[in-house]
Amino acid sequence: MTAQAVGDYLAAQQRLESKLPAPDLPWLVELRDGGVERLRDAGFPSLRDEDWRYTNVQSLLKKPFEMGPIGPCDVDAAFVARTAIPSLECYRVVVVNGIPIPHLSDVTLMPDGLRVSSLADLLVSDPSRLEPYLGKNLVPDPHGFTAMNSAFLGNGLVVEIAPGQVFDKPLEIVFVASAATESTMAQPRNLVVAGKGSRLQVLVRYVAIGAQRTLTNVVTEVIVDADAHLTLYQLQEESKNSFHIGGLFAKLGRGSRFDAFAITLAGGFVRNDLRVDLDGAGAEVNLRGLYLARGRQHIDNHTQIFHNEPSCISHEHYKGVLDDRARAVFHGRIVVQPDAQKTVSEQSNQNLLLSRDAEIDTKPQLEIYADDVKCAHGATVGQLDKDALFYLRSRGIAEEAAKRLLIKAFASDVLLAVSPDSLREHLLTRVEMMLTD
Amino acid sequence: MLSISDLMVEVGGKPILKGINLDVAAGEVHAIMGPNGSGKSTLANVLVGREGYDVMRGSVTYGDHDLLALTPEERAREGVFLAFQYPVEIPGVTNVYLIKEAVNAQRKHRGESELDAIDFLKLVRQKLQLIEMKEEFLHRPVNYGFSGGEKKRNEIFQMAMIEPRLAILDETDSGLDIDALKVVASGVNALRQSDRSILLVTHYQRLLDYIEPDYVHVLSDGRFVKSGDKHLARELEEHGYGWLEEQADSGAGHSVA
Repeated sequence: MTAQAVGDYLAAQQRLESKLPAPDLPWLVELRDGGVERLRDAGFPSLRDEDWRYTNVQSLLKKPFEMGPIGPCDVDAAFVARTAIPSLECYRVVVVNGIPIPHLSDVTLMPDGLRVSSLADLLVSDPSRLEPYLGKNLVPDPHGFTAMNSAFLGNGLVVEIAPGQVFDKPLEIVFVASAATESTMAQPRNLVVAGKGSRLQVLVRYVAIGAQRTLTNVVTEVIVDADAHLTLYQLQEESKNSFHIGGLFAKLGRGSRFDAFAITLAGGFVRNDLRVDLDGAGAEVNLRGLYLARGRQHIDNHTQIFHNEPSCISHEHYKGVLDDRARAVFHGRIVVQPDAQKTVSEQSNQNLLLSRDAEIDTKPQLEIYADDVKCAHGATVGQLDKDALFYLRSRGIAEEAAKRLLIKAFASDVLLAVSPDSLREHLLTRVEMMLTD
Repeated sequence: MLSISDLMVEVGGKPILKGINLDVAAGEVHAIMGPNGSGKSTLANVLVGREGYDVMRGSVTYGDHDLLALTPEERAREGVFLAFQYPVEIPGVTNVYLIKEAVNAQRKHRGESELDAIDFLKLVRQKLQLIEMKEEFLHRPVNYGFSGGEKKRNEIFQMAMIEPRLAILDETDSGLDIDALKVVASGVNALRQSDRSILLVTHYQRLLDYIEPDYVHVLSDGRFVKSGDKHLARELEEHGYGWLEEQADSGAGHSVA
């Protein structure tokens, strides 16, 4: 089945290749060809791959997806308004099936120092702005899906933050999966470059219109230059019939800071690969994750942090709540290279299992090759605290409400660091809604 | 108010309460004393419906209700309150949130409207004074990181806010220094009134110096072996529990494990 799927997608890529933006740009052709080769050689991952031991992609491969329509889309201003976060002030960009939609976006309203462009446009109009970065954060492509994204590289979003620019208002990017056919695929490729000393919060939301079978195979490359501070919220809200494979690859410069949140509240199948390279002394990364899954949802968070330089800090805290037959995977790898003295690294993964059939496979992994470091990691798997539940009931709170209260209490501390307030409130409300219905 | 009749309870297949009879009228304070393992805490926990206690025989009537047929939350809404021996820490839920939910659950059950924010705060401030706690106490997670004394005070604070009809205090005096004990006792005394009954479960007589009971019952090996007025507690203090157990042995003609 895997070989069949590889063949189908390679054939589709060949048909499309000449129609992709800038088909003759040498470095871009090289990047796409690299993806094709990697996909051809490695294929799609299977349970035999250590990094995919608990995540079976067969259901995703059994029926090929088609690249989404390039023509008019069925997403309108009303849909955007309906799905907007209440009272959140932000600059908004809407991307449908990987294609930025200008008339639904605030493209012309962007402030000085913040440039948001369509990748396709930029590849044609000013590719020199992309050449130093595009594809550089994932050499080689870690697996068949990122390779496929590189092979089809054509559209997505480019965010450039000028050096020294500080923005209070967040940038919101809404990726809509819109099923035009029975099995629609989008493969956006995004690039975020935070210039020296700049500061911005980016909220990325993945939503679906309708509940048809869709695949979002997205790759985002992030460069945080020296002393910049980038915050990235990734909110997964697609449908139970959607497949989502997300790759986030970040490189951090000297003294910079990167805060990333991976919040998964929906989506039938979700695999997040997140790799952060601490490439400058004194850089700091804070990764926080929250996954709430039920039914037959499958959520896999695969993170890697590389301490490549001295005096860097990494904090990673992921929490999950699993009910019904839901399954989650957490693999957190932290590598402290020989030169990375004075590293401080802390990692935890805590899970709450609400049903006997729910499953979590958690694997914290610490590899230390330097001697002067401070590292701690751990994972827990538990059930609702029976004593706490009884305590609440003994105060007159109904059993179901008491359970919800305890689950919310468990989950919400991941969200405490979220700002602005309107976003945090929205997320808390979403968590509560999930627990209520 | 409360009538316990021939109550037999097992925990994990082992008989703990072996036929308890007790009548508590409105406004009365009953102290239940006894050595470790006599079944005091089991009695307290059975009355509030904790899991893991199997009632084999007997009945408990509370007002018009078959108490044992109610869920823990229904008992609470009907006015039964337990001050826990070991109050549970609940990180992520603030004290004030819990208390508000608890108070409103009662009011809703009685068909009253929920307290508005201003009335609630007024009531909170008044009750905080009773147990000599600062307002920041409200915004800390329930019992989380509290000292032993703070936890016990928090139980009394909740009791004062909820205003139960039947309050059961399970070893509320354990782990308290004398100053904290006085604060807790004055909090309890302030709640004594003609339509509220209190069960004080305690190992030591010390608490009864500050909260004077109407009746004292001594529990030994799952049975009440002696009942009396407040003077019984004094006698126990002087002679120890061994004195009563010997009496029970000779009287009942069976051995005590």
